[in-house]
Amino acid sequence: MTNNDHQTDKTEVDGHTGVETTGHEWDGIKELNNPLPRWWLIVFYATIAWAVAYCIFMPSFPGFPGLRKYSDRDKVAEEIALASNERSELANRLLSDLSLEAIEQDPELFQFVMAAGKSAFGDNCATCHGVGGRGFSGYPSLADDVWLWGGTLEDIKYTITHGIRSHSEQTRFSSMPAYGEQKILSPRDIDNLAVYVKSLSEDVDNPEAIEAARPIFEAQCATCHGKDGRGNREFGAPNLTDAEWLYGGDLRSIRAQIHSGRNGVMPAWGDRLDDATITALAVYVHALGGGEQDYARIDDQETEDAAGGK
Amino acid sequence: MSIMNRHKFLEKNSGPLVAAILVVVSIGGLIEIAPLFYVENTIEKVEGVRPYTPLELAGRDIYIREGCYSCHSQMVRPLRDEVERYGHYSLAAESMYDHPFQWGSKRTGPDLARVGGKYSDDWHRQHLIDPRSLVPGSVMPPYAFLDGEELDIERIADKMKTNRKVGVPYTDEQIESAAHDLRMQAGSPYAEDYSGFEERWGGVAIPDIPTNKTITEMDALIAYLQVLGTMVDFSTFEIDAPDPDDLSAEIQTDGTEG
Repeated sequence: MTNNDHQTDKTEVDGHTGVETTGHEWDGIKELNNPLPRWWLIVFYATIAWAVAYCIFMPSFPGFPGLRKYSDRDKVAEEIALASNERSELANRLLSDLSLEAIEQDPELFQFVMAAGKSAFGDNCATCHGVGGRGFSGYPSLADDVWLWGGTLEDIKYTITHGIRSHSEQTRFSSMPAYGEQKILSPRDIDNLAVYVKSLSEDVDNPEAIEAARPIFEAQCATCHGKDGRGNREFGAPNLTDAEWLYGGDLRSIRAQIHSGRNGVMPAWGDRLDDATITALAVYVHALGGGEQDYARIDDQETEDAAGGK
Repeated sequence: MSIMNRHKFLEKNSGPLVAAILVVVSIGGLIEIAPLFYVENTIEKVEGVRPYTPLELAGRDIYIREGCYSCHSQMVRPLRDEVERYGHYSLAAESMYDHPFQWGSKRTGPDLARVGGKYSDDWHRQHLIDPRSLVPGSVMPPYAFLDGEELDIERIADKMKTNRKVGVPYTDEQIESAAHDLRMQAGSPYAEDYSGFEERWGGVAIPDIPTNKTITEMDALIAYLQVLGTMVDFSTFEIDAPDPDDLSAEIQTDGTEG
């Protein structure tokens, strides 16, 4: 069976090459016992030595941190500290409750804020609000001047920090009832209401439906959306007269929203992002197109206008 | 005969050869297996990690069944770019009740270790139904069918028992009320034992508005996704290097927490 029978203990030197044979022989063919190449052996022993040294210097065994006391955790903490040091001077200025005006007037700071805001937006917000804040059905566009909960820097900051219908205790909250699902209104009433709501922003040729729905709108919808349907930011109730739609503006979509009352959720980011990032995001969103001035500044403006007008 | 020639003795005698093979293999085995007996003291004690609720556990099974791990890892590595993008790096304790863990190494999609709470439930639903309606560049396949598949609730208690066998500290009460608690977390109005649920799963949120809809596999998957990476409160968590002397004892007594 085996070749053991052919093995001999006596070493034999091959006549042609002058190299020792292993003593193995198969049908007259013998195996030369060439030594391994020296370079290969050196590398081989070096890897063994490396492994031993690695075990001593690096954390290789549970409970033994290694002589170098290397730690991935320390390293990442160090790198993040280093990176935030580089950013800190500008980031710290953000933390000190600067007004939007002050940020805008400091070109260096503004540039930093916009870059930081853009990067954080792409990472965290674009998944729902789209690249550049263009929005999706159910996820408001941030690039226009239509705001559900207010578009000043402070409003935007609050919304980012606490979210909408989120788990945060200070979340912005309101609830659009599901008039159909909860059987508050009949399907016919909802049909008429949809026509009425549509008629607030465009001409609809259906006077019977509009007239039938008017008292229902005043009884059910006006509390939040206002008697004229212009909405109310206190409840995040959208303006129904501006032809801007969160869930679609065709009759079918309007009807669906009255029927099921979808209430969008925005997570609270206060726990996930630091204050400087949230400020940067707010400035970025504010600058996307539709940011509004502070109330105080608007008041000032109005006083000035009034004064100027007289 | 030099020592290098001694192998000829082994080569010629199969009995000693088998014995020598066993010796060599067991050295290798010892080096690979022995550290596993000490693995517990590399898991640092972390507050807040609890076993999955029945609904989350069912969702985890869907996650595994659909092969989500083929494209999504659940492991934020301790590297600056990962920590800045995804949040705090993953801790061993965060997957201590995962059998098997879902760390993975393939990231066709983003890491999901901290996805819980990052998006709304509605977002997850729409994204699972049609990923490209929200993320235009996404290559994720749609999983709309999950919304039409009724969740298999009957087997959830058995699944929890199986998990208990491999070390997840589910209590008898939790297993007994598994189906009820699953319905409750999914917002079913027919489940009514609020105080019992609170007692068994303190801190787990229940939907404010109950729903009459059938509990689908998608509901379970979303519940699972929403809990990922949220159990540890990192605003209070402090990194401390594991102390091998007292940690293994602490972990053993700490297992039932949550």
